[in-house]
Amino acid sequence: MTIMLSIARNEARRIFVSPLAWTVLAVLQAILGIVFLLLLIEYAQDADSERRYTGVADYIGNGLYGFATLVLLMIVPLLTMRAFAEDRRSGSLQLLLAAPASLVDIVLGKFLGLTVFTFAAIALIAVMPLMLLVGTELDLGRIAAGLLGLALLMMAFTAAGLFVSALTREPTIAAVGGFGLLLGFWLMQVLGSQSGPVGEMLGYLALTGHFENLKRGVFSSADVAYYLLFIGVFLWLTVLRLDSERG
Amino acid sequence: MTPLNLLEAHGLSCRYGPHQAVNDLNLSLKRGEILGLLGANGAGKSTTMKMLAGVLAPSNGHVTVNGISLAENPKAAKQQLGYLPEQPPLYPELTVVEYLRFCSELREIPRKARPNAVNRAMVECDLQSLSKRLIGNLSKGYQQRCGIAQAILHQPAIVILDEPTVGLDPIQIRGIRRLIRTLGSERGIVLSSHILAEIQTVCHRVVIMRQGRLVYDEPLSVADSKSFDTILVGFARTPNLDELAAIQGIDGITALDDRRLRIAVVSGEDPRAAIANTAVARGWGLNELHAEFRTLEDVFVRLTARDDDALTDQTTGTAA
Repeated sequence: MTIMLSIARNEARRIFVSPLAWTVLAVLQAILGIVFLLLLIEYAQDADSERRYTGVADYIGNGLYGFATLVLLMIVPLLTMRAFAEDRRSGSLQLLLAAPASLVDIVLGKFLGLTVFTFAAIALIAVMPLMLLVGTELDLGRIAAGLLGLALLMMAFTAAGLFVSALTREPTIAAVGGFGLLLGFWLMQVLGSQSGPVGEMLGYLALTGHFENLKRGVFSSADVAYYLLFIGVFLWLTVLRLDSERG
Repeated sequence: MTPLNLLEAHGLSCRYGPHQAVNDLNLSLKRGEILGLLGANGAGKSTTMKMLAGVLAPSNGHVTVNGISLAENPKAAKQQLGYLPEQPPLYPELTVVEYLRFCSELREIPRKARPNAVNRAMVECDLQSLSKRLIGNLSKGYQQRCGIAQAILHQPAIVILDEPTVGLDPIQIRGIRRLIRTLGSERGIVLSSHILAEIQTVCHRVVIMRQGRLVYDEPLSVADSKSFDTILVGFARTPNLDELAAIQGIDGITALDDRRLRIAVVSGEDPRAAIANTAVARGWGLNELHAEFRTLEDVFVRLTARDDDALTDQTTGTAA
């Protein structure tokens, strides 16, 4: 347990002393800032918008979070590629493997370290809608639900990215593979719109579908459980993969 | 009760697909012993060390560390091990002290003892002046020393060092050898290298690997002593072989050409004087006579030469 936290702390430190994390945060913030501004202008110019949406939190939150998932989908694999693929190539993974740490400690440690980064990104995103508090009243519960969904989604991306990262020793392959896997789960949403049991099942498995409820402010434990299961399955697969590599 | 052998490996095998990297290897290490692992490139040294360090699970066989099974109780076993892989496992984006501090947490050194442990390791590896530098900006030699510092940080009973002096300059190499010798006085050390001189100056016992198998396992004193099994003689005129073979202490004669012979000696005997006397008495015109001392290099070359399988196999039989 303490080893796991040490690994997590070390991973977080390594992420934040590298320029990659700061670049990612800066780009993320710049793009989402522009989107946020555009949404705000559009909302202000459209006289009808107050009638069509239930408050500004609905409109802004929906658009901003929706766009954020797309950007994160592309960014998270860039962060997870370092976790195992790059460490394996540089040899530093051996440090953890030779230490008295279990594979569960190692995988969870890496995951938690990346989650620290996730929360930093979410905190920065949260600032944008909360800024509106200066001029108007917001449905805070709704914004919080959206942010929780975003955090769960990002953690799910991270878990899937870690698994792909554990498969290879080439960071670029890990990034491309992670991106492909996430996009695959994304596309299930499209297939899910087909009728029939297969379509329904795919629609249920799709990563982003469960985010829709949270974005609308509906906190359903089924959706949260879906994400937790998704995270658990991919972290477990990562452990299995590392174990099979060891012997 | 402490077991006799610090580290013991039985029937260790490792298979990568169809390729048998290590095959049925037995190894033991006593306290206070420095064991040198020699072998040509690709002989399976690194794979063996990975298995001993618990980084790679063997396909077959088992390793016990200080009486603890590495497979059954990896956590406790690994606490007794320090391991420097071929490529030092460093984080280039951290400073030396940050890195070692993390290693001390990984090794579960009690919180209060950590600063001391980190300092001691830095002093031993001569890294104090660089403690605030980023590892990525250090030269190869200093990075190697960081790797060694990491391996000895928690004062493990066994230290496994895979080519520890690669990339170091001669002065640093001497420093590291001195460090290894100091460490070896109370611990067990396994050291791999393909530099013979290094093994000769540091190790007590040598193990030679060839194609994943152990082909030699002897104390260094045997390989390095003034013992010899063969004598090379040359004559100006063709000698009478029967007469020569009758001399006390001669085991067999191989003619290299008409006038030069390699004479196998019964171990412990020295028939050189008798050969000289006979040659003078018969007027063969002795012009060459010297014992072929068995140096570590000879042993190594003989055992690892690829195109000389027959000779190698014959030697394997006698060495084992």
